Amino acid sequence: MAAGTALETMTRVTAHEIAGREPGTASEEFSAVVTTHRPQIFRFLLASTRDVDLAETLTQECFLKAHRNWGSFRGESSAMTWLMRIAINLQKDHWRNRRMQFWRHTQTNSVDLDEASDWLPSGERSAEQKLLAHEQVGHVWQAVKGLSERQRTVFLLRYVEEQELSEIARATGLSEGTVKAHLSRALGRVRAELGGKR
Amino acid sequence: MSVWKRWTSRPNERAGQIAEDKLEPALEQALKNFRVSVHAWSEAELSRPRTATKTVRQRSWRLAAGLTLGCALVAGGAGGGVYQHHHRQELARIAAARVAEQQRLVAEQKARDEEEDLLAKVDSDVSREVPSAMEPLAQLMDDTTR
Repeated sequence: MAAGTALETMTRVTAHEIAGREPGTASEEFSAVVTTHRPQIFRFLLASTRDVDLAETLTQECFLKAHRNWGSFRGESSAMTWLMRIAINLQKDHWRNRRMQFWRHTQTNSVDLDEASDWLPSGERSAEQKLLAHEQVGHVWQAVKGLSERQRTVFLLRYVEEQELSEIARATGLSEGTVKAHLSRALGRVRAELGGKR
Repeated sequence: MSVWKRWTSRPNERAGQIAEDKLEPALEQALKNFRVSVHAWSEAELSRPRTATKTVRQRSWRLAAGLTLGCALVAGGAGGGVYQHHHRQELARIAAARVAEQQRLVAEQKARDEEEDLLAKVDSDVSREVPSAMEPLAQLMDDTTR
């Protein structure tokens, strides 16, 4: 699969667009969906696993599964929500079905928290600000590491992918109240890690 | 007050909207830095040239070839050892059979020599003990057998 080089404007395939879909354009539509949403799916899986190879593999599996089921996609939700749901399920399956292998794999290939914290934008910042940002990112990674699978998923969708609670609820299959509860606990952990009160 | 309490204490708050404006500045800044960091990492990984698949295949191929070669070497070594052992046993068996055959031949030869000696002795003893009165008869027999 070709690597995307830049984030493109997020276009969403809606129910309205699906209704006017013609059979001949299905593959073109799917191709556009892959180009548009691949970076976001990969980013979510990368943040979830901290493993570049695993994130790439799961991203490919996600789009393969989506391609097989593209004909049955009715557009009740956005394509992004649909794809994210597939990605979450794949990650869940990977976690549950191959727990031992996953851990072995993760232990060997996961990027170290400190290394993950090194990724900071090269903005116009002073050395002190960069150090502070590095520390803060490290603390958040530490907190994320300690979250449960659901808490981590909800947290990443909210604070990395900046999704609305309703979108998160649709993608995860949880109620909005449950999503809020998971977010609250996740934020509590992050706050505690940063030195604040729970 | 926790975020959850803030939500529950504001029932009219629009569903799907978290009270992020109430987050502490430090927490908000940390979350922003985290988001930007993950985005930067992901973009860097996506723009990196992909060689992983090929590398993995090569590694798998090499691993399979190495395993095959290793198995062949182990099997060859074990087979060679077994063959050597068998060959040595065969040689020892042949050598033992040859020695036994030689011993048997020597024993037979010895027995034959002893028998001939005995017969020669008997002949000489018998010939000596012929009485002198019988000598003409013996002479006659010698003449008829010639």
